[in-house]
Amino acid sequence: MSVDEQQVSYPGARRPDRHREVISSGIALHVCEWGDADARPLLLAHGGFDFTGTFDVFAPMLADAGWRVVSWDQRGHGDSERAALYTWDSDVRDAAAVLDSIGPDPVPFIGHSKGGALVLHLANALPHRVSTMVNLDGLPSREAMSDVSDTERTRLLHQQLTSWLDHRRSLVGRRRRPGTIDELAERRGRMNPRMSLEWLRYLVTVGATCDEDGWRWKIDPTMRMGGFGPWRPEWSMLRLPGIGVPFLGVLGLEIEVMGWGTRPDDVVPNLPPGGRLEALSGVGHFVHIEQPRRVADLVLEHLDATAAGALR
Amino acid sequence: MSEVTYLRHNLVELALHRLRGADPAAGESRPLLLLHGLGERTPDVVPGVVDWPGPVHGLDFTGHGSSTLPVGGGYSAEILVGDVDAALAVLGPVTLMARGLGAYIALLAAAARPELVRGAVLADGPGLVGGGVHPGSPTLPYPPASPPGPPDPFALAELSRDPRPADYAQTFVRFVLEGSDLELPLWVAAVVRPEWLAAVAAEPGIGEGSIEDGLAHYLDVT
Repeated sequence: MSVDEQQVSYPGARRPDRHREVISSGIALHVCEWGDADARPLLLAHGGFDFTGTFDVFAPMLADAGWRVVSWDQRGHGDSERAALYTWDSDVRDAAAVLDSIGPDPVPFIGHSKGGALVLHLANALPHRVSTMVNLDGLPSREAMSDVSDTERTRLLHQQLTSWLDHRRSLVGRRRRPGTIDELAERRGRMNPRMSLEWLRYLVTVGATCDEDGWRWKIDPTMRMGGFGPWRPEWSMLRLPGIGVPFLGVLGLEIEVMGWGTRPDDVVPNLPPGGRLEALSGVGHFVHIEQPRRVADLVLEHLDATAAGALR
Repeated sequence: MSEVTYLRHNLVELALHRLRGADPAAGESRPLLLLHGLGERTPDVVPGVVDWPGPVHGLDFTGHGSSTLPVGGGYSAEILVGDVDAALAVLGPVTLMARGLGAYIALLAAAARPELVRGAVLADGPGLVGGGVHPGSPTLPYPPASPPGPPDPFALAELSRDPRPADYAQTFVRFVLEGSDLELPLWVAAVVRPEWLAAVAAEPGIGEGSIEDGLAHYLDVT
């Protein structure tokens, strides 16, 4: 067995205790759970280009505190089925299908990045199904290009549009590029520059498959950063003030490529009554990966306070 | 009887219908590509309103007509622009005659490929309005309980509620105006004017009038 075929371990990382499948409008979603099957359930959503394996350190901390952590790979991500089409609406439907598989009672919603925005949508659409909310650096608030001139922005948008269409033309038969564990870790490191090589190598072993010619990330190769569409970040933020359950937001203040650059001042005016924001300096977008113990403790404190009726 | 060829867009097979070849008397003229509205499909024969001497083709969008009906929904206007782009890759320069949802798609396609879209007539039809300029209250976008299609019930649900902000449409009009050498690269024939289309029509350098006049205008364009 070559070094590449060996399981890479990471301190504190634990694979889920159970795996199951949920069919959402015909697409098979990989759902996984950490913790006792009889424990109190919560719903945990990952971000774009991530997968449930990125919770392998964070989720066990919640599970060990008495929670049944239910998470899923979004369509086209991780071990969930690839689809012909991807949109926000289909991701919301998939999230609702996973929620339905837990049961009809309200549960805590926790989401990171795009997953945070996703469960924010879900909490607005199904307010009777959420008991409390935690958003981990998933509150988009501003245009990514707000500091470029109009002319420059128009040029960039047009470039995005044509390069996206060129990408669509090139998709038939496309596969992800194979490589060694180190090569895939290095590639992902460009999107996750604050992550250690040790962690990135671990992610390869849970988020990629090993074919004869090397490792390939499982994510659908049709997915790509920098698409185009009418969506504006503030539309997501406007779903925050109306949340009617206890809310905790956690922001990482270090700006990085996958983050939104949202500042506390962007969030505070939009907090729902009684909502709380924790801004962590020296921490990037992946707050739960950089500081799992600290963030898990914040989350557990919020969940306990909700359960005790201390938050209204 | 129309001739059908199938084009690949990622996992989807798109039906491209040739409704009519070129009129031999007309010499060499540019093809016209029909884009249907939401829930429609390419018609069996060239519609009466279309007076065009060149070849006439029609594209069935993903989930419509004879094109693949994908599993699990997930439609966006942007993805359908990729459908049109697949047809442009095969047909080369065309004039677009687009109804309803197809008119919105035609705007985006003309912006992306101004050298291949030699004029687009934007006409009334199903799916012209979309979901307005803002997203509505967040809901679960389930499809209507209807037969499995085509048209795909997910397409009917998702493409009748997608936000189409006026300034978003304006950005694309400006791409068209900058990228195209035509005097009037877009022609608004629709009577119904949702915000996005009113914004298009308000830009300088946009033609307005009947479908017939629009097609006649583009006939004279080389």
